[in-house]
Order: sequence, then structure tokens, then C-alpha cells
Amino acid sequence: MATQQTTIAGRILVAPSVILLFAWMIVPLLTTLYFSTLRYSLLDPDNISFVALQNYSYFLTDPNFFTALVNTLILVGWVLVISVGGGILVALLMDQPIFGQSILRLMVIAPFFVMPTVSALVWKNMMMNPVSGLFAWIAKSLGLPAIDWFTNWPMLSVIIIVSWQWLPFASLIMLTALQSLDEEQKEAASLDGARQLPFFFYIVLPHIARAITVVILIETIFLLSVFAEILVTTSGGPGNATTNIAFLVYKQALLDFDVGGASAGGIVAVILANIVAFFLMRIVGRNLES
Amino acid sequence: MALKQTTGKRVAMTALAWAVGLLIFFPILWTFLTSFKSELDAFSVPPKFLFFHWTTENYFEVQSRSNYLLFAYNSIVLSVGANLVALLIAVPAAWSMAFAPTKRTKDLLMWMLSTKMMPGVGVLVPIYLIFRNLHLLDNRLGIGFVLMMMNLPILIWMLYTYFKEIPVDILEAARMDGASLMSEIIYVLTPMAIPGIASTMLLAIILSWNEAFWTLNLTTSNAAPLTAFIASYSAPEGLFWAKLSAASTLAIAPILVLGWFSQKQLVRGLTFGAVK
Repeated sequence: MATQQTTIAGRILVAPSVILLFAWMIVPLLTTLYFSTLRYSLLDPDNISFVALQNYSYFLTDPNFFTALVNTLILVGWVLVISVGGGILVALLMDQPIFGQSILRLMVIAPFFVMPTVSALVWKNMMMNPVSGLFAWIAKSLGLPAIDWFTNWPMLSVIIIVSWQWLPFASLIMLTALQSLDEEQKEAASLDGARQLPFFFYIVLPHIARAITVVILIETIFLLSVFAEILVTTSGGPGNATTNIAFLVYKQALLDFDVGGASAGGIVAVILANIVAFFLMRIVGRNLES
Repeated sequence: MALKQTTGKRVAMTALAWAVGLLIFFPILWTFLTSFKSELDAFSVPPKFLFFHWTTENYFEVQSRSNYLLFAYNSIVLSVGANLVALLIAVPAAWSMAFAPTKRTKDLLMWMLSTKMMPGVGVLVPIYLIFRNLHLLDNRLGIGFVLMMMNLPILIWMLYTYFKEIPVDILEAARMDGASLMSEIIYVLTPMAIPGIASTMLLAIILSWNEAFWTLNLTTSNAAPLTAFIASYSAPEGLFWAKLSAASTLAIAPILVLGWFSQKQLVRGLTFGAVK
């Protein structure tokens, strides 16, 4: 098929990408791995020594790590539930024959294009401010006490903001999957008088199952490293209440200048992400074959 | 009778869908409205929805106070420039994988994709230290390189799926006619690939524009794009909501327009072709 000429040309053409990606990912990753075995503080850069796994045992037994791990899982878990659950509902609604569907679609997808720092600050101030925020006004209008979101419910506040960013993504993917469901199949089902619920569970849900899986895996990878939203709203606080692993590593590296400890944390984050990536890659790879 | 019933259902569904849609869109609409208020109106309880004194002073103040244009310039230069360079590297790679595949092509593609799964914090420390030593912190070249590398796997992957859709027969016909490899690429392949390349670029620009891990960690002022500029509003002084809204509106408007044009590519690019 491919001539020898094209095969050789192909190698040459692919080489720059491979070399660059290798330099960008594998080399720093190995460096991180190496740093993670050192006692290395930027405050005392002349005093570097090999400590083997001490950084890991320190990092893993640090109560802050456990809190950050739990926070990461809470954040990822709830955002997944809200965005995937909500995304299916929104997609089902948008798939109905409604007036102005295309404009509505634009409105629903819009939050996904808003940069993280904007959405975090808009929500923190104009929505959730306990005095002048919209939520406070709505609560007062209903005769309820206003909630001081970021003081009393810091993690919930972050979850709401991040969910708002990812719900559109889930909706869009689900809608795309729904629209590939055969029109005739839908009509046949409605002519047969199939009731809504069985129709949904036996026909629609299996049809979009793969889209759901893909959304869950992709979102998880991004959600494991939520960073900007936390930095500009709570800076991980109050206390450690909203510190996830990504933010903990950032704190250790760029605020505490502990290169060794931060590197160990980084490796832990890589391992977590790889567990999810493993499953995602299998699905994508299967798709590549077909 | 039946028709009436369906119309009634359609109207009800439309109302419900629009209510949900407006709810999701509301924070963006609210930011837009607030950007035209005075700071006092922006802060007022009960909130003023449409009946306030409309003013554009916030937009001017954002510029005069903090040189907004520099950040906007950085955002544009970085997201367009980094991806143009990435494109130059990605097109040949995607081309060779799509049209001259070897046994290892699939593994290579998967490996490239897997680099995208690596969390930034995993390589933050070495990258930060290397950049510090090379004086690349807060440097357009430095952050541009990072943004380029962030998108390279997605670019290659998307281009690969687009190139795959180009029928091989046409290429073979060109080869039979004695077209050389270069003329095959320039005259046959490129014209057919332009739409795919354009939509790939669109998605890549959106992703770079909104990237907020590396831009926040590796830039401070000179090379900082809009993500970092908006982040400076997290330590506010006095009343600032109207100004925050004006800055935010300017920061998201261009990308919102691009994004709306590229919804389909978004699905394809972000699911790595797993959902089309």
C-alpha cells in the first residue's frame, strides 16, 4: 500500500511532534519523579539531599493531604452528578420539538466558553455576595435569611460554580448523541403508544450510554485539576475547606517553596489522573479501531 | 384535535425549555447588563434589571486603570500565535499518520493523547524551575510554548480524524498521474483539508484563550493574558462589580462568538472523536 518513500517521509513528518511532546511531558515528569526523592527547598537551595521515599510518607500522612484528597473526590463527584444528571435532562428537553431551538442551544452552551476566572468571580460577587448578591436578594424576597455562601458553604459554592461551567458541555454531548437516535424509531415508539419512561430506559438511555461514559471520563480528568476557580474565590480556604490536590501541590511548590514535597504531591496527582485516563483511553482506542 | 394537542404540548415544552435555558444563561446576561451600570447601581438591593442609568464609563475606566489592551493583546497573540505554530507541526504529523500509517501509528496516536491526560501539577515544579532559570517566566515566548504544547495532541488528533475522511482513491489517482509527494500535499490534500483545519484551529484558539492553569502560574504582568487580568479582581478595592463586569464582557465576548460557530467541532474535538 504505502510506498517506502511515503513511509520514510511519514517518519520524518511525525518526528517533530513526537520529540516535542516527549520533551514536554516525559522529561519534566521524570524530573518531578527525581525531585520527589529529594529534600529540596527553594529557600535553602544549597542544601539538597536524597531522602528516598520520605517526601511521600510525609505527604501521604499529612492530614492536609487527606483533606485535599477528600475535597477532590467531593468536588469531582458532585460536579459529575449535577452536570451529567442535569445534562441529560437539559438535552432531553432541548431535543423536543420546541420553538427557537437553535437560539436556545446557543444560550445553553454559552457558559462553557466563559473563562474560569470570569465565571468564578462573577458567581462569587454578583450571584453569591451575602449582602448585594442576587441570591441574597431572592432569599430576602422569599423572607429567608441570606446565606453567606463562601463563609458557610465554601465547597458547595465551588461545586455550584464548576457545575455551571460543565453542565453545558454535558448537555451538548448528550444532545449530539440524542439527535443521532433514529427519527423513525422515535416515531414508531410514539405510534405504538410507548410510554415515556420505558421508552427512555429501554431505548434512549442505551443509545446515549457511550456518550455518558465519555462525558464522565473527560470531565473527571479536567475536574481532578480544577485550579483557577479555587485560586480566585477561596484560595483553598477557609482553612483547608476548598483545597484540592491540585491546589495543595501549587501551595507547596509556589508558596512554601518545598520542591521535594510538591513533586511527591504532583506524582500522586498523576497517578490519580492515570487511573481515569486508563478507562478513557480504552474507549477511545476501541473507537479508533472501528 | 390531535394537531391542537401537539401544538399545546409544543408550546408548553418551549416555555419550559426557555425557562431552563434562560436560567443557565442568566449569569452571562447579568454580567453584560451590570457592565453598563454605575458602581452604585451594580451594588443596589433590590437589583436593577433594565431600568438604570446606562453608561459606558466602565469600559473606559477598565482601560485607563489597568491597561486592558495589553492583556487583550497578549490573549490574542498567544492563542493565535501558539496554535499557528502548533498547526505547522501538527499538519505533517497528522498527514503522515492518516495516509502513510505504520503498525505503530495507532499506539503513537494513543500516546499523544495520553500526554493530554497528565495533570499540570504533575510537571509544574520542573517547568517552573526551568522557566525561571531560562528567564521565561512572564515571557510571551515561554507561555506561548506551553500553550502550544497543551494543544498539540488535540490538534493532531482532530486533524487526523478529518484527514481520515478524505477518500484515499483521490490521492492514489494523483499519484498515478505522477504527482510528487509535495504536489500531492499542496494541490490535492490541502484544499480538501482546509475546512477541517479551520475548525480545528477554532477549537484550539478557544481552549488557549480560556486556559487558566499555566497562564496564572507562569505569567504576572508583561505576558499575562485576560485570564490573569480578570484574576486580579479577586483582591478588590471598594466597589468594583461594574468594572469587573465590563472587563469580563470584553474578555468573553469574542470567544463566545467563536464558540457558537464551532459547536460541532467542539463535540468532536473534546471527545477525541468518540462522539460525533
